[in-house]
Amino acid sequence: MEDLQIKKSGTTYDVVIVGSGAGGGMAGYVLANAGVKVLMLEAGPFFDPAKDSLQLKWPWESARRGASTTRPFGDFDAAYGGWEIEGEPYTTKDNTEFYWFRSRMLGGRTNHWGRISLRMGPHDFKAKDGLTDDWPITYDEVKPYYDRVDRMIGVYGTVENLENEPDGIFLPPPKPRLNELFIVDGAKKSGVKIIPGRGSILTEALPGNKDRGACFFCGQCGRSCKVYGDFSSSSCLVIPAIKTGNLTVIPNAMVREVLTDKNGLATGVSYVNKDDMQEYQVNAKTVVLGASAGESARILLNSKSAAHPGGLANSSGVVGHYIHDSTGSGAGGFLPQLMDRKRYNEDGVGSVHIYSPWWLDNKKLDFPRGYHIEYGGGMHMPSYGFGFGMQYMNGAVPARDGKMKDAGGYGASLKDDYRRFYGTQVGMAGRGTAIARYDNYCEIDPNVVDKFGIPVLRFHYKWSNEEIKQAKHMQDTFEEILHNMGAIHGGKQGPETNYGLEAPGKIIHEVGTVRMGDDPKKSALNKWCQAHDCKNLFVVDAAPFVQQGDKNATWTILALSMRTAEYILSQRKKLNV
Amino acid sequence: MNRRESLKAIGLGTLSTTVLLGACNTPDKTDKTAADAKPEAVPGRQPYEVARENKLKADTFFTDHEMATIAVLADIIIPKDEKSGSATDAKVPDFIEFIVKDIPDHQLPMRGGLRWLDMQCLNRYNNAFIKCTKAQQLELIDQIAYPTKAKPEMQQGVAFFNRMRDLTATGFFTSEMGVKDIGYAGNQPNKWTGVPPDVLKKYGMEQLQHDMYS
Repeated sequence: MEDLQIKKSGTTYDVVIVGSGAGGGMAGYVLANAGVKVLMLEAGPFFDPAKDSLQLKWPWESARRGASTTRPFGDFDAAYGGWEIEGEPYTTKDNTEFYWFRSRMLGGRTNHWGRISLRMGPHDFKAKDGLTDDWPITYDEVKPYYDRVDRMIGVYGTVENLENEPDGIFLPPPKPRLNELFIVDGAKKSGVKIIPGRGSILTEALPGNKDRGACFFCGQCGRSCKVYGDFSSSSCLVIPAIKTGNLTVIPNAMVREVLTDKNGLATGVSYVNKDDMQEYQVNAKTVVLGASAGESARILLNSKSAAHPGGLANSSGVVGHYIHDSTGSGAGGFLPQLMDRKRYNEDGVGSVHIYSPWWLDNKKLDFPRGYHIEYGGGMHMPSYGFGFGMQYMNGAVPARDGKMKDAGGYGASLKDDYRRFYGTQVGMAGRGTAIARYDNYCEIDPNVVDKFGIPVLRFHYKWSNEEIKQAKHMQDTFEEILHNMGAIHGGKQGPETNYGLEAPGKIIHEVGTVRMGDDPKKSALNKWCQAHDCKNLFVVDAAPFVQQGDKNATWTILALSMRTAEYILSQRKKLNV
Repeated sequence: MNRRESLKAIGLGTLSTTVLLGACNTPDKTDKTAADAKPEAVPGRQPYEVARENKLKADTFFTDHEMATIAVLADIIIPKDEKSGSATDAKVPDFIEFIVKDIPDHQLPMRGGLRWLDMQCLNRYNNAFIKCTKAQQLELIDQIAYPTKAKPEMQQGVAFFNRMRDLTATGFFTSEMGVKDIGYAGNQPNKWTGVPPDVLKKYGMEQLQHDMYS
């Protein structure tokens, strides 16, 4: 390596975008379609669901029968990466448990995500309880962009007129599965409202779009879709943007830092190419980070210079702070009344068919904000784990002859039990608002680098009593719903597990590390997601979020990225960037 | 994209799924050279995944005796019946050999559990498990197959048999034979229009669905 040198490009792009997920993809799509010359750097390989999806494979086509050994959500799942990536560590301190999920591939985590597409509501942008900082923008300012994302990408749902669960422009939702009707019934008796799900899947052809096929109901969105019937940034944004001729993607390009000049303006980025392990620099008039909340903060903190001694866009010192992931806790069970049920194809769609938006008034509760509940169950494709734990089920209900039998067993009667219980299971999971706190943060670990020599992130994150109490409320609610639907509950989580509250990072909704705000002393970005300290630097992933609601982040990332990309276009016209 | 083009894109309409998917499979070699060779590019798979899988397939974990014991146990757990074949008919032992290499947490409990079983049989019947008579084998299995009534001194056997039951069931019902047996009817293009009317009626859910989706 003694001939190591940095290969500098002579080209200056209009815009370089780091990352190809929801944020980077949308920015690239808008800019390329407006005729701007864009270079997109992606830290993983090129991925086109049409060619690379493992959709419609059978369990026996995986030697591990779909087990999650190398992919956290199963062998056919689309994500390249996970909470651990060889050679790309992160660290924690002060007994923090934090898990950082990264998908290194074109489209990032949008290839495998749950497609649950919720808008944040008016009270998520400006909360009534005053507990957290307001966003510098209101729902009404974001609404037109949500509307355009709905039309451009497609989302199913129903108009419900709920105050903080704004309606969109919806395709028809999929009808509930049988188990889900039992859930609706049980929830109703428990006073919990359930409405049809909202997901970015084309339950009908998308008007005006010839490149994407309609959903054919295999329920495998997590594998990514060969006909582009659901939203992935790769299929719906980046690949169409490439077709404009204005966007070039360099895959396997791991960005080190944003380069700046002596005036502190961004001039481009440096990266290591994972294929040839050579060092490169590219020039651009504008730099857009869409590398994920964690990775964008890491890049900024690693971009130190005389003009930006604390890291780029960080004169306020807030970069890395206020990181927050959704809370999550779940429960499951089975419905004895569904034993020996008739077989038919109920794959449905690969997102939620039904869900519960937050339904309660916090004045009567011992925690702020709330959570939504996602539900599922049914006759799914068997995969690794199928049939596990039969000894916890077959002793709990009468056998075919009406008599109770001993749990566990073997032989013909056991084999029959697997058939009898097939399709009886139900699951539910709460996803709630976690409070953005200055005290929860990621920073650069002073001692550790990854295999490319790039300093890594170190996380410090603690759940507070508010989040734990919320998880307890979830567990109580799940128990009541399961009881009221006549299910046998798989077991309630108690204080010993913080009521099943997942460690931060496990829900993969981490946001807030490069927050926006009107005050440059308290925020890194202005309300256009433009750095206060560096006017030709923008962030378009979930890092700018001030405070996440209980809504999954993707739809808001898309709306904000579209808004920022159009702001960049307007500033280019005024020759400001 | 219309429906016909969609079906073409997912490989149906022009090719059968088996042909298409078969072409994507990694070579099913078990010789040592497969592990050493540079893995071929497989769509949708990262090179390290292909290399790792080839290596696992080339490695051997269980001894011949252990594999023979697993085969007997698997067929005790899932025997042939009027609807489908046995666990060994569905090649469950091969799956178990692979999965313990893939998920090493299974290795010690499986190896130790098999040995525990043999020692129990040796002490009682003066034979390894597979050399015992069918009646002897079942007499022993009866003492570890029912967790709630097993004696305290048999708990290690219960833990082993629970794992063996889980792996056998998963291996069987994720095989082609098992998926057919369980009656899974999906994994193919269709139009989901909700629960079939006769099923809705059977469970009295017509009104509930009507209220929610009208």
